[in-house]
Amino acid sequence: MYVWIWRKLPGQLPGKIMGSLVLVGAVVAVLFFFVFPWIEPRLPIDDVTVDSPGPP
Amino acid sequence: MRTFVRGVGQLLITAGLVILLFTVYELYGTGIATSRAQGSLTRELHQRWKQPEPPHQRGVVTPARPGAGLAMLRIPRLGKGWIKVVVEGVSPPDLRRGPGHYPGSALPGQIGNFAVAGHRATHGNGFLRMNEMREGDAVVVETRDMWFTYRVTSSKVVDPTDVAVIAAVPDRPGVRPTERVITLTTCDPLYAATHRLIVHGLLESAGPKSAGPPAALTG
Repeated sequence: MYVWIWRKLPGQLPGKIMGSLVLVGAVVAVLFFFVFPWIEPRLPIDDVTVDSPGPP
Repeated sequence: MRTFVRGVGQLLITAGLVILLFTVYELYGTGIATSRAQGSLTRELHQRWKQPEPPHQRGVVTPARPGAGLAMLRIPRLGKGWIKVVVEGVSPPDLRRGPGHYPGSALPGQIGNFAVAGHRATHGNGFLRMNEMREGDAVVVETRDMWFTYRVTSSKVVDPTDVAVIAAVPDRPGVRPTERVITLTTCDPLYAATHRLIVHGLLESAGPKSAGPPAALTG
């Protein structure tokens, strides 16, 4: 996968490095701003309230 | 075959990195939004406190609308300068912005149980060191006109369904309250949340803001 992406990136070595950094940045941004905030409330790792047992 | 194995290997490493990133997000990323929310809640609350109040409400703690700031909470044991705006409500969006007041439980200083839930890990790690609270520790609540100083009386770990801890008289639901207590709830153990850590306190003193901050903060 990474080999394929590396080959597809335009330019010589500096261009490819720049391109990979941009891609990594984009992936991290999507994870931090969209994916993680969506997952977070679905994980029961930090429930802090006491609550009557709801329907299962 | 070789390409396939390499592909799987890269996928696994990627998955590992994504999970690592997720923990970074949980521990630090979520705190950024919380501290921003706390900043705007603080400004809103102080703005509201500056407005002239109707005479019949003077000295009375008034409820806040859901999601708005209700009071300022200070707990010296959790850190010098540890201060949070308590929001009205304990839904996940409320708690992402700060510790939340259980709707329907007493207001600060009232007879009954002023019950507050807060995140221990993630979202600013507000109640992170709640397990270090000892009997006699101060929990100071600031409202528009008043300072309320509660002193910790007990702490314990209970099941998540043990709603009796936030009853008007803790652990005795249905009993008519005569005392002014505070209850803080958070998750336990840290990062797992199979149980709840509960800290109870009793009102020790109440004084008008004009008399200055209470001894628990200045001493």
